[in-house]
Amino acid sequence: MDRPFGLLAELTYRCPLSCAYCSNPVNLTGYSDELTTMEWQRVMAEAQELGVLQLHLSGGEPLLRPDLVELVDTARQLGLYTNLVTSALGLSRRRAEELRAAGLDHVQVSVQADEQATSDRIAGTPSFKRKIDGCQLVKELGWPLTVNVVLHRQNIDRIDAVLRLAEELGADRIELANTQYYGWAWRNRDALLPSRAQLEQAEPVVSAARRRLAGRMDVIYVLPDYYSRYPKPCMGGWAKRQFTVAPNGDVLPCPAAQTLPLPRESVREESLAWIWTRSPLFQSFRGTDWMPQPCQSCDRREIDFGGCRCQAFLLTGDPARTDPVCHLSPDHHIVADAVRAANEDPAPTELTLIPRPHQVR
Amino acid sequence: MGIRTVESSVETASLPKLAPHVRLSFDPTRDRHVLLCPETIVALNTTSAAILQLCDGRRTVAEIVAELQERYEQVAADEVHTFLARIAAKHYVEITDG
Repeated sequence: MDRPFGLLAELTYRCPLSCAYCSNPVNLTGYSDELTTMEWQRVMAEAQELGVLQLHLSGGEPLLRPDLVELVDTARQLGLYTNLVTSALGLSRRRAEELRAAGLDHVQVSVQADEQATSDRIAGTPSFKRKIDGCQLVKELGWPLTVNVVLHRQNIDRIDAVLRLAEELGADRIELANTQYYGWAWRNRDALLPSRAQLEQAEPVVSAARRRLAGRMDVIYVLPDYYSRYPKPCMGGWAKRQFTVAPNGDVLPCPAAQTLPLPRESVREESLAWIWTRSPLFQSFRGTDWMPQPCQSCDRREIDFGGCRCQAFLLTGDPARTDPVCHLSPDHHIVADAVRAANEDPAPTELTLIPRPHQVR
Repeated sequence: MGIRTVESSVETASLPKLAPHVRLSFDPTRDRHVLLCPETIVALNTTSAAILQLCDGRRTVAEIVAELQERYEQVAADEVHTFLARIAAKHYVEITDG
């Protein structure tokens, strides 16, 4: 059995932003009883023992955890590569210097657009200026910086300006990732899914930026899977390369898997090693034996692993079906209908986003 | 002194160093060296790891080759150059002019 390389530690689901595409669970009941510092430290040690090399400290907003510096310190003592995934709200100079001293390896800051009005509208709160200040602080302290921009119908037309902003900020990497339609993004799908014309305009802009910035800034561009012929190899395969620990200690093969009708596992009840190797939750879609047709006899079954289980469940009600994104899926019409609607709808900014409510305490 | 673009070749006087987002580490579980990056992990063989351990931004490529040739019998300079060019294209190392 493969051992995991990465742990996504969702330290809290509290967040100062209210992005309409929030990937956290829609129902946050039961997540306020967060793991303590000592519990997280134990989780990290068990994860390292299991083979984990990379720790993504995420949320919600991980800076809302007062013990973040302590957690980074522990992770570095364990030899883990530490990546902070943040809105940069709450990244004061003092906090940043403490995190730097503790050995935090890398900072990823989310920005919602290239300028204040659009970015603040999409984030649902005034935040753009503080994000830019945060990015500048990250660079000033000598950290590598990734700027992460979730792309969708309402900001993809600004992709050139977004790339130039990241360049001005001296980012080492930019991730331009189209929205994945789960949770709140699912609720807002019609207002978020770009049209084919928008994607066709974005593509050459990204290609030109890659050439212009080669050797200076890595440009990672992720297309919306609704427009792909084949599904994404979700998480690099179910329970194959990484796992997620939610704020309350729930352990998941992917951060959206709490939606699936599968038994729950928690680090408060079992060891990570047992959960990874033996639990029904992690065993359920491991390998290829579970696959239905057309995946079972498909040459790509070890390439895309049948796509995303959460998307299959969300769209068909059965997590064991082929991801309907795949053009070979018997359920592909569900995705094709959404794409058709996205290409008939009104102009990109006319559709209203439903913001995710704030929860900062 | 500027960072080369991916098209440039690696010269003997070039000064390679790991990119700021990359850390060279040892993976005890799988018993091999690795490059740790924000979203990827690169497994390294012994020779690749030995080359990268010397990429500190102070040693030239020629010096790196010389040190490797002291340690290992068969190290071809052009293989080191090819490896560094390939890994610089992926932005795991940055190569500045010597």
